[in-house]
Amino acid sequence: MGRGGSIDMRYLPLTDTDRQQMLSVIGAASIDDLFVDVPAEARLSAKIAGLPDHASELAVERHMGKLARQNLSAGEAPFFLGAGAYRHHVPASVDHLIQRGEFLTAYTPYQPEIAQGTLQVLFEFQTQVARLLGCDVANASMYDGSTACWEAIGMARRITKRSKAILSSGLHPHYVSVANTMAKFTGDQLLHDAPTLSAATDIEALIAGIDKDTSCVVVQYPDILGRIADLTPLAEAAHAAGALLVAVVTEPVALGALVPPGEMGADIVVGEGQSIGVGLQFGGPYLGLFACKQKYVRQMPGRLCGETVDAAGKRGFVLTLSTREQHIRREKATSNICTNSGLCALAFSIHMTLLGEKGLRELAALNHGLAVQAADRLAQVPGVTLLNDSFFNEFTLVLTKDAREVVRSLADKGVLAGVSLGRLFPQHMSVGNGLVVAVTETVIAEDIETLAKALEEELA
Amino acid sequence: MTMLKEGRPTAPVPVKDAHMAPATVTGNRALMLEEALIFEIGSTDTTGVDFAPAPKVASRLGGLERRAIGLPGLSEQETVRHYTRLSRQNYAIDLGLFPLGSCTMKHNPRLNEKVARMPGFADLHPLSPQSTVQGALAVIHELAEWLVTLTGMHSVAMSPKAGAHGELCGLLAIRAALEARGDARSVVLVPESAHGTNPATAAFCGYKVEDIPATPEGRVDLAALTARLGPDVAAVMITNPNTCGLFERDLKTISDAVHAAGAFVYCDGANFNAIVGRVRPGDLGVDAMHINLHKTFSTPHGGGGPGSGPVVLSEALAPYAPLPFVEKQGDTFVLIEEESAQDHHAGTFGRMVAFHGQMGMFTRALAYIMSHGADGLRQVAEDAVLNANYILRSLDDVLDAPFGGSGPCMHEALFSDKGLAEGFTTLDIAKGLIDEGFHPMTMYFPLVVHGAMLVEPTETESKAALDQFIMALRSLAQRAKAGDEALKGAPYHAPRRRLDETLAARKPVLTWEAPALAQAAE
Repeated sequence: MGRGGSIDMRYLPLTDTDRQQMLSVIGAASIDDLFVDVPAEARLSAKIAGLPDHASELAVERHMGKLARQNLSAGEAPFFLGAGAYRHHVPASVDHLIQRGEFLTAYTPYQPEIAQGTLQVLFEFQTQVARLLGCDVANASMYDGSTACWEAIGMARRITKRSKAILSSGLHPHYVSVANTMAKFTGDQLLHDAPTLSAATDIEALIAGIDKDTSCVVVQYPDILGRIADLTPLAEAAHAAGALLVAVVTEPVALGALVPPGEMGADIVVGEGQSIGVGLQFGGPYLGLFACKQKYVRQMPGRLCGETVDAAGKRGFVLTLSTREQHIRREKATSNICTNSGLCALAFSIHMTLLGEKGLRELAALNHGLAVQAADRLAQVPGVTLLNDSFFNEFTLVLTKDAREVVRSLADKGVLAGVSLGRLFPQHMSVGNGLVVAVTETVIAEDIETLAKALEEELA
Repeated sequence: MTMLKEGRPTAPVPVKDAHMAPATVTGNRALMLEEALIFEIGSTDTTGVDFAPAPKVASRLGGLERRAIGLPGLSEQETVRHYTRLSRQNYAIDLGLFPLGSCTMKHNPRLNEKVARMPGFADLHPLSPQSTVQGALAVIHELAEWLVTLTGMHSVAMSPKAGAHGELCGLLAIRAALEARGDARSVVLVPESAHGTNPATAAFCGYKVEDIPATPEGRVDLAALTARLGPDVAAVMITNPNTCGLFERDLKTISDAVHAAGAFVYCDGANFNAIVGRVRPGDLGVDAMHINLHKTFSTPHGGGGPGSGPVVLSEALAPYAPLPFVEKQGDTFVLIEEESAQDHHAGTFGRMVAFHGQMGMFTRALAYIMSHGADGLRQVAEDAVLNANYILRSLDDVLDAPFGGSGPCMHEALFSDKGLAEGFTTLDIAKGLIDEGFHPMTMYFPLVVHGAMLVEPTETESKAALDQFIMALRSLAQRAKAGDEALKGAPYHAPRRRLDETLAARKPVLTWEAPALAQAAE
């Protein structure tokens, strides 16, 4: 061998005897002979210095466990964070099923005869997502809600051949940031204002801003402050000007109670699917949802699964319309996306199957009921005003001081109070006293009381 | 009453014609169970969950209460059965060798799954106050240090969500760096053998894509490339080791020429597994390279993602890296976001994703990297390259190896369809492999080789597994050369025979509709 003896490593099955036999079949004297094409000056003659050697399973688990314990997880504290990522109970069977090796360790289903499991799941997922969002068709998933949102803006440009998009002030600011980053390079013009602390959304201003150069209006539903508005007038105004309506849903559980954007005329509906099946995971991997009207399907980014038959006439599923995709179209593709979020789509689909319409409605009603109770209780705290007239499971409180300080101070007391608007909109001090509070089925009455008392102390 | 003494038969009746199995009324074949769609077996009033009753409150939904949704549910037991049955229609690494070239389908250690699910990582909100997530930020920082050291680069952007997203990150950094010096350039050079994501990404960033030809021995044509360099070229995207499975010997020379022309080198790191611990891309003059954590560092592919594509950057590109990122200040880990970036990271090209990247993949990759250590990772590359060369040299007498004469391959062995009987194709061999119990290799890629078969065994296969695969592929090559017509019908033993992809694309059915509705639509 290139080095004296090989290490004993649990994931590497070759023995030194195997290696010697294989080298002789190849006709090489040593492993170094197989690296002859590496220029001498770039060849490392020994392992890289300054890094530890291999570690046992127990040692790695111990190290990772130590780091995990340095975090205050959502389950350990009264927890009210949302703003694009929501904590929901995920049934035990979801995580069990996604860990079946046939799902977990499979690849993109490029050989459909031996990937019908993944493909049927994707077909079911697409149907579930389309129905949930109120659209005709959905794709097999994107990276996350923010990237799906940007892809929707790009798709609207391709369809309308216009490049001015109007972004609602109620759109998640990180989604706006992602779109701004991309637009700098694609030449899209994005119009966006920061939100104001008012109960009314900016629908009227959006309608007023639409003109003949507008490719699309992008609106979040419910929005970043938790407010809900009927999107129908906005869709009508957009269509009248030849523009599209793109709706963004960051909390899909809301659509167990609310009319979906697709039914209000949205042309493209994207979302973050993390709420259902995926979990918080400190921000990723998440699940980009992407749905649209049937007539736009050939402009859609990402993978699509379709029904077909096999040579014996049996129903089966394949990846389809791949002439939109990078591996066929190369520089003319609708997107450069390749890997999507398959395993998260599986988790979403399993959780949605467990819920069904009945369970989803119950879950949504429970979220809304608890949120109403929490909002009313917290509004009684001196120094706290409830901003929203309407909301699902998330609302904004206006405090008498900068909410960033309040959040930090309450965290020190073991209460995870919500997301401050100061963190979300650091350049807009005018919203700094806003605190976005999410209440899901994981919150209990005692948590609400703890938060109310802590806020009262903090604002006294 | 008398007791019957015969009992049940304990020896089978000798079988005369084993392949003439009668059809079953269910369509099932013992353990191979057909499974209908949830829309056919579920109902909207069935559920597999139960909740506490919702508090009785007056709705504040703004008068937008939803009517029918149309989502079927199943009981928990039916749900478990549905997905368990479906799972058994999938091939997976857990079942056997999965030699998809360029995809690095290696074993996925279950320790990775265990650590990713520790509540301190899995049940953590991305916007939790930083004082409460120090351990999570430490994971990101620790993994970043490993990646920077293993690649010999200056820094790393952790947030890209997958390889193609990492390519986008690298090209955006390059474009930002060029714009910062007031240097508008319009062209990105991409070799013919590149992954499709490379030209798609370059086009997405607003660049004109131009191909660079390959030499007859399967490498970038150095003379053609250097001749094309000029003030309009922003970057060169190179895959190393390349998609023909070869190390780009001239990469350092190329980098020097590219830099001299004022451009940058993007390296597609999809194939880093072949060289980890033996070569640092930083030593070859690379400016940006994505690392697919789901390839080299064993995070699961999950039937098509999620991936994770951190991008290592040179000192020249580091100031333009995206937000957010983790910085160590004394003993504290700080997440640099929009709020804090203005002071000392003003050049950033911005944010690529809503939060901090694929944390669930960072924990898995870090567990894998720590398990191997510096010594084990070097062994990974050596065994991956050894396994690929073993396959190449065990089969190059029956299959055409177009670059077999150019010397050893790296982590993947490339064959072509040259020499197969008239009418026989790479597809026939691939489908034949399915019947032999293997996932096929990558087919018809790279595009520079006719009927390409790209075989990447990875380092986690034993010699016994390789020998069985070699035996199967050898037999199939011989059958395809001899014109064995039966091969064209393969697979015979998979859950489905060959599927009609033309029909699927011509009349797309992308969602399920109730049969009556579907008929009415026609």
